[in-house]
Amino acid sequence: MYSQGLIGADGRTEETPEFLARFQKRIDAEEKIEPKDEMPEGYRRTLIRQIGQHAHSEIVGMLPEGNWITRAPSLRRKAALLAKVQDEGGHGLYLYSAAETLGVSREEMTEELLSGKAKYSSIFNYPTLSWADMGTIGWLVDGAAIMNQIPLCRCSFGPYARAMIRVCKEESFHQRQGYEIVMTLAQGTPEQKAMAQDSLNRWWWPSLMMFGPHDADSQHSDQSMAWKIKRFTNDELRQKFIDATVPQAEYLGLTIPDPDLKWNEDKGGYDHGTIDWDEFWRVVKGHGPMAKDRIKARKKAWDDGAWVREAALAHAEKRRARKIAAE
Amino acid sequence: MAVWEALLELADDHLVLGHRISEWCGHAPMLEEDLAMPNMGLDLIGTARTLYDHAGKLEGKGRSEDDLAYLRDEREYRNCLLVERPNEDFAHTMLRQFYFAAFMRPYWLAALNSADATVRGVAGKAEKEMAYHIRHAGEWVIRLGDGTEESAARMRDAVEALHIYVDELFDSSDAARMAEAAGVLPVRADLRDTWERTVSEVFAEALLEQPKAAYAQRGGREGIHNEALGHLLAEMQVVHRAHPGARW
Amino acid sequence: MTATTPLWEVFIRPRNGLAHKHVGSLHAADEVMALQSARDVYTRRGEGNSIWVVPSAAITASDPDQTAENFEPTADKIYRHPTFYDTPEDVGHM
Ligand SMILES: [Fe+2]
Ligand SMILES: [Fe+2]
Ligand SMILES: [Fe+2]
Repeated sequence: MYSQGLIGADGRTEETPEFLARFQKRIDAEEKIEPKDEMPEGYRRTLIRQIGQHAHSEIVGMLPEGNWITRAPSLRRKAALLAKVQDEGGHGLYLYSAAETLGVSREEMTEELLSGKAKYSSIFNYPTLSWADMGTIGWLVDGAAIMNQIPLCRCSFGPYARAMIRVCKEESFHQRQGYEIVMTLAQGTPEQKAMAQDSLNRWWWPSLMMFGPHDADSQHSDQSMAWKIKRFTNDELRQKFIDATVPQAEYLGLTIPDPDLKWNEDKGGYDHGTIDWDEFWRVVKGHGPMAKDRIKARKKAWDDGAWVREAALAHAEKRRARKIAAE
Repeated sequence: MAVWEALLELADDHLVLGHRISEWCGHAPMLEEDLAMPNMGLDLIGTARTLYDHAGKLEGKGRSEDDLAYLRDEREYRNCLLVERPNEDFAHTMLRQFYFAAFMRPYWLAALNSADATVRGVAGKAEKEMAYHIRHAGEWVIRLGDGTEESAARMRDAVEALHIYVDELFDSSDAARMAEAAGVLPVRADLRDTWERTVSEVFAEALLEQPKAAYAQRGGREGIHNEALGHLLAEMQVVHRAHPGARW
Repeated sequence: MTATTPLWEVFIRPRNGLAHKHVGSLHAADEVMALQSARDVYTRRGEGNSIWVVPSAAITASDPDQTAENFEPTADKIYRHPTFYDTPEDVGHM
């Protein structure tokens, strides 16, 4: 997910060159930046945007998989999927908390998501159409997310790095449970195997898009790399992901839907076909097949829950008043 | 009638309620509850799995937990009506959870002395889980009951709506009576006082009253359900049944 | 727009004998729900056996601008550390 968090990030700052140089020196010395430390406004804004979008991705990411909890075909899978989707909610919660240290509230971030102002990872705007998608999402989508997230554990901003360490620890079961699902299908009945292949066909390219535009087209990458908010480029991470995933697909006897995919001896990695960037930008800009439905579902949960949150606050107020009266 | 069927009733209660609460995942009123409700669901589904497995073994026909969960129709499901009630809103959901846990906690405590080792094992784990469900759902009942005007009205609606499903909790089917006579499961009717005490303590703080007389709805143990269960099962079983014999 | 639900800091003690350690934060209307949410959010994998929750607003933090005056004066007081002193090897570990 989540290198897409930088799309549209405005890292420009007004600070003096001396100030910026001093800050850069701390970053270069691998010092962590903590919330109350002085920091360039652009650094703060970039982080709020990136962490917020990362958090939104986790929260919206609960929906496509949540779509299959009630239909999981065995009780073992049902429990694992429920625990997995719950984890994603936890990731959102940790990340909102990390962003809140920068002075933005969860309510503000939520409203930005619901109004369409804030983005989230494009991958979650695709529909989950079969049980196999639960496997493929764990395997590819969580797999791609992990590629992105492991370097973020060393991000220069302390609260983000700490949240990511927690997230990465929890993620380790997600990809494995996904791969296990796909493996069971690939080794199952012909219908199950076809279901797995169809799912891979639909999720492969969107998964590659998760790493964001090519480095040459990624305007905000350089500043974020310098500030160590980002540690590897989009293309580096995408390459790593492909190289790791192709043998996993081969093991399953599944075919990656890219006729141009082939091993390149010289670079020691796979070459891949052209990514459909028109589709990517269409989805990023909110025209993905499920985009409207995803926001609608989040908005419904938020609006329907308003009376509950208000009641909790009202009750807390009454408790406080009673406590004071009793003293 | 046999002891394994009484275990099946219990398993169905846990699975159906676990399924219901899992329907909230991703749609809760606040993120914190998006984590709390799956915890409760996972407790319930975990207990259901152990009970199905054990029931299948006692039956002796080689039925697995998934055979029992996925290959029975609504007429064959034996859960009580309370657990299949739709989520409606957060007030209904928390009250349903609270009622069920307030029953199951003393049930599992009594089952710690079961003649059946597996039941004793489940009881040791589940009584703690239910204690927490009472606490979490109970705190919400209090907050919603004594929160805003709207929340209090919704909570009262929930009490009104769910009240008629309470009595069935304390009924024992023929199978349950057999299991009770064999010392495998506790006598349901004996748990009424404890349940009433738990509920009245929370209701006092929640400014709620238990409706007095109401015509109690029964039938779950004979497979006479409300219409909602059929839809729940259709959804739950669709993938499994579409691929007979497949492994997942 | 609804009012903001207060923020709480969560501290967990992994096991007896260790100190409570800050693990993150969450939102709750009151301390009872904060404690329950902390249990549900931060102890799903056996992370601990005791939880503290503190309203974030109740924390008074040192000012990063005063970091130098707060923490640098201690750097040259090396006589506070045992290695500052010479003791003969013959007397053994002290
Ligand atoms: Fe994720
Ligand atoms: Fe995640
Ligand atoms: Fe994940």
